Amino acid sequence: MDERIFEKVKKIVSTQLSVAEDEVKKDSSFVDDLGADSLDLVELIMALEEEFAIQISDEEAQGIRTVGEAVDFIEQKMV
Amino acid sequence: MDLKGKSAIVTGGSRGIGRAICLKLAKLGADVAINYYPGLKEEAEELKKEIEKIGSRGYPIEADISKMDEAKKLIEQAVATMGKVDILVNNAGITRDSLILRMSEDDWESVLAVNLKGVFNCSQAVAKYMVKERKGVIINISSVVGLRGNIGQANYAASKAGVIGFTKSLAKELGSRGIRVNAVAPGFIETGMTQGFPQEYREKILKQIPLGRFGLPKDVASLVAFLASDEASYITGEVISVNGGIIL
Ligand SMILES: NC(=O)c1ccc[n+]([C@@H]2O[C@H](COP(=O)([O-])OP(=O)(O)OC[C@H]3O[C@@H](n4cnc5c(N)ncnc54)[C@H](O)[C@@H]3O)[C@@H](O)[C@H]2O)c1
Repeated sequence: MDERIFEKVKKIVSTQLSVAEDEVKKDSSFVDDLGADSLDLVELIMALEEEFAIQISDEEAQGIRTVGEAVDFIEQKMV
Repeated sequence: MDLKGKSAIVTGGSRGIGRAICLKLAKLGADVAINYYPGLKEEAEELKKEIEKIGSRGYPIEADISKMDEAKKLIEQAVATMGKVDILVNNAGITRDSLILRMSEDDWESVLAVNLKGVFNCSQAVAKYMVKERKGVIINISSVVGLRGNIGQANYAASKAGVIGFTKSLAKELGSRGIRVNAVAPGFIETGMTQGFPQEYREKILKQIPLGRFGLPKDVASLVAFLASDEASYITGEVISVNGGIIL
């Protein structure tokens, strides 16, 4: 897993969901561990799209449930 | 009640009800982005001057809000020039009246494109911004016709009823982000839209208005200003009528 991507994702997740950065672990689930609601998830996806200049379809977004999954997805998209 | 320090966008703001809304918001201290349809620049510039006389700031911005890219640019430009947007009033609207048996596909599509899709276009663009700010107010101008229907206005009634469903859904979706979304349903108001009515038709409608007169643009503007203000901070998902008690 790309640590630089993880660090950036961690920052975004922490601001977007108003949680401390050290609460954001690779296996944290956005909904179950970090308390995201459906609108948070959409906002988060949009923030990631903006930060990494990528497109994430709704279907792809459905598959991103944890911080680690987000990092992996971004890594794949960026190569 | 005041709107000091707030910034507003009013679509179709250069004339009629939109113009009265711009003036009212400005009078209460808000900066106002006056959206105008291509070709109405002079009107919008004249209104800007009037707003400056009141002591506020007006910013004319051209856009056909039925087009998504233009609506997006309108919101972006308004945020860029005013520094922020607290209030969006979706006021732009058109009529293309005809009995259903004679209604052309174009009559249907053009009314829906401005009155309903235009509201979607501007609201979506502004919601992306307001969600980040965790606050904001959206006010959609519907119509008594959207609540009760009217002969010769199936397209218009459908668009205005659509605005009500849209308003209630957005209120639910965005409430948790401190964004209020309401609709205003005017009755018959003296503007370009109603001026062309034949005399007999006017009289027929007047008989159905307990207050005995058509409304004025400022009657609608007062309600919009109230909903835009913090005085209305617990009101969302509502449709409020301003129609002289009309029995349509
Ligand atoms: N006048 C009434 O009796 C009445 C009653 C109920 C609801 N309304 C609603 O109030 C709103 C204002 O109507 P009004 O009576 O002031 O009419 P109006 O015709 O005087 O004003 C409508 C404004 O919308 C603008 N507009 C139209 N298409 C546009 C587009 N694609 N992009 C940007 N601007 C556009 C026009 O240029 C105009 O400035 C409308 O939504 C109308 O449906 C009016």
